[in-house]
Parts: sequence; structure tokens; C-alpha cells
Amino acid sequence: MEVILIFVSAVLVNNFVLAYFLGICPFLGVSEKIESAVSMGFAVTFVLTLSSAITWLINHYILIAFNVPFLEYVSFIIVIAALVQFVEMFIRKTSKTLYDALGIYLPLITTNCAILGLALFGALREYSFIQNIVFGIGAGIGFTLALVIMAGIREDLELADVPEPLKGAAITLIIAGLLALAFMGFAGLISA
Amino acid sequence: MGFSIVLISLVSMGGMGLVLALMLAVADKKLAVKEDPRVEKAIELLPGVNCGACGFAGCAAYAAALVEGKVSPNGCKPGGAEVAKKLVTLLGLEETEAVTPKVARVLCSGGIKEAVFDKVYTGIRTCAAAHLVGGEKACLYSCIGFGDCCEVCRFDAIHMGENGLPVVDVGKCTGCGECSRVCPRNIIELTDYDEVVHVYCRSRDKGAVTKKNCSAGCIACKLCEKDDDSGSVTVTENLSVIDHGINKAPVGATVRCPTKVIRVSDPAPGYEEYFKEKVREAEEKPSAAAASKRKKE
Repeated sequence: MEVILIFVSAVLVNNFVLAYFLGICPFLGVSEKIESAVSMGFAVTFVLTLSSAITWLINHYILIAFNVPFLEYVSFIIVIAALVQFVEMFIRKTSKTLYDALGIYLPLITTNCAILGLALFGALREYSFIQNIVFGIGAGIGFTLALVIMAGIREDLELADVPEPLKGAAITLIIAGLLALAFMGFAGLISA
Repeated sequence: MGFSIVLISLVSMGGMGLVLALMLAVADKKLAVKEDPRVEKAIELLPGVNCGACGFAGCAAYAAALVEGKVSPNGCKPGGAEVAKKLVTLLGLEETEAVTPKVARVLCSGGIKEAVFDKVYTGIRTCAAAHLVGGEKACLYSCIGFGDCCEVCRFDAIHMGENGLPVVDVGKCTGCGECSRVCPRNIIELTDYDEVVHVYCRSRDKGAVTKKNCSAGCIACKLCEKDDDSGSVTVTENLSVIDHGINKAPVGATVRCPTKVIRVSDPAPGYEEYFKEKVREAEEKPSAAAASKRKKE
């Protein structure tokens, strides 16, 4: 039950992008086409899930075991950076097209605050190992969901008559704001 | 106590860094991707317009497939024979047949004068948007006329004519097919340089409906089918279709078309003489059916 709650909370209620405003960079950068949004979403979900597992292990068996919790940030960043490097190599090997489509945003996952945020939240909330992984998967799916919805809207926006001063980044930010507002509607789904 | 914390921090972080570095080093070796230096060179040779006429996402993707030997070097349409030749030397391949150059043709004759306008459209003035609600003309196969094709052309080769139909400048058209892809009604088609005759209508409505909608539509009267004795022209689904694989110049079929939608095209550059010759040939040797009909008249 607890696990389901964590999952739903990470996907909808406390959506990383639209409720915590983490990971905005790829949210605005890779949301022009649904196709690349899906790929980016999966890449981030993959990294989130893996890093949630590894950071939990590090947190419990290194940081807490040796009583050095102040190294949290440093160690999490190292792990995430290494993981992203690994994922980048892996994608480059398996799918050149996907690698080209993700472009600069793939290395940018390294500095994606959603991933560091997830690691820090996990440590803060003292989740168990399984809970932490579910939290990671949920956050990833929530991120993908937000990205795909955004890409869908932006694809249709191509045909819309946007007022001249609002074209480009401005209208994108307005949509992001409206989407975030809409997601606030999920707030009542889980009572704290 | 203070010192031991420093030591623990150093060892734990250093150890973690070492392990991760090792992991990455192994992964780097195992997952290394070998890039053929010829790919870079091939990309340089290609025109770099990323038009996609070769069927790949862009010049880089085509270059990669080329080096792998998956495709023939004559796929680049804007580059034409010249680029194909350079690619052949670069890759050390045997000479392949030259590229048949292509030119875009707008297969609709229903301009402002000919087509019936039965709707008023006040939305965004792009074909893509207007197509969603049906445009302004009664014929749903017709050119919408907002010029998405002209916008997208990188070679300044297609412009809206006076009659509200796009006109292709065959001299400038490289046959990249960008206009053809952007047209929501698929009116623009890439045609080989040596195809002489085309059907300038895409309406698959029944003859009577087409006639009501447009004075220059194919009404599927089948006269072209009868007049062409090479068997390349057939009327299928209420539209005359030419199989250019059988005959590239069924000039005979153009003679009696009542709405003049099947006609001799503007000759592609360098093919002017060839087009004239084909027309002359057809005049000298009129098809049996056309001749007998003409006598009766």
C-alpha cells in the first residue's frame, strides 16, 4: 500500500516537473516532438531508477555506516555523473539515431536537478530500498508524462495563431505554468 | 576523532571515485563505437540541406549508411550526378548508374478561375491548418493555395502563381521533395526528368461530382485510356493514372482530354528537345483510336 502511494504521489501529485519544478531544462528543451520527448523520458526514467537504487546503497552502506552524511551531495553527484556517462555510451552503441535525437540533453541529465533531487528526497524521507526504487520509477514516469503532454501541446501549437510577442519561449513558459496549475488538481488525491 | 572523519571521507570518496572510474574505463572499451573517418568526408561532400529525399533523416544519416554500404551513392537528389561521382571515388565503389534527376510537379489544375469555392475560411493561413477543416474549395483533393510548399522550399523554386496554384521553376527545382512532403493533400509529386506527360488532377470523386466542383478536373471519361495504345494510361477510382514505367510519353492520351488535365509538362532543363521530339513523334504517328475518332469528327 505504502509503495503504491509513493508511486502515485511521484507520478501525479508530487510530479517532479510540474509540482517541484525540477528538471525544467529538458522539459522545455526536448518537448518539441513527441517522439524525442518519449525517448528523453525513458532515458531519464532509466537513470532515475538506477540512481535511486545506487544512491540508496551508498547512503546506507557508506554515508550512514561511516557516519559521514555531510558527503551526501558530493557522492550523489559523482554517482549520477558516472551513471549518465555510462548510459550515454550505451545509447551511442545501441541506437545512433536516439543518440543524435537526444543530443546535448543526454549529457545534461548529469546536472539534471530531478535526479539529484530524487536522491536527496529518498535520503530525507528515509525510504526503504524497494520504496526508493519505486519512488525513482514513479518520478521517471511522471517526468515522461509531463514531457509527452508538453510535446503534444507544442506540436498542436505549431498550427495555432500565437500572438507575435508570445511566440517561442514565452508561450512555452505560459503552457508550462498552466500545466503545473492543472497538475495542482491532483493535490487532493492523497491526503497527507 | 576529527582526524578520523577526514580520513574516512577521503577513503570512502576516493574509493567510490576509483570504482566508478574503473567501471567507466571498462565500459568505454566494451561499448566503443568505431567511427569510419570516411563518414565525415562523405558528410562534407553532401550538400548538407538535410532534405531527406534520400530517405534518411539527414545528410549525416545518409553518409553513415553509405559508408556501411547499405545504400547506393546515387540517392542524393539535390547533389545529383556530380555528388554521386565524388562519393563513388571516396568510397572506392564501382561506377553506378547516374541518378535520374527529379522535378516536383503540382498535380492540380483547379486554380481560382477553375475551382468552385463553396466555403469561407478565416483561420490561420497555412495549408496544414486549412486542410483540417477542408479548405475553401469544394474539391477536397485540390490545392489549398496558402503556399506551405513555397515556404518550405530552400531553393526558391516554387512560387504561388496568379491563378492561386503553386508554380514550380523547373530550372531551380532540385527534386528534394520537401514541398511534396509538406503538402497536406499530396498534390505535389516528384517526377523523373524524362516523364513527358502527367495528369494534373488528383480528384478521386466521381466524374459528375468533379465536374460540379471544378472546371479543370479529371472526370474519368476514359478517353485518354482509349487514345493511348501503349496501355500506360488507366482510369482507376475515377482518376486517370499514367504508369510511367510502361510509357513515359503517352502524348496521344492528351489530345482529346475534355478538361485538359492530362497534358504535356513543362520540359525539365536540358530536356526541351527531347520533349519536342516526343510530341512530334506522337503527331506523326497518332494512335489508331485517336485517328479513327478524328476522322469521324
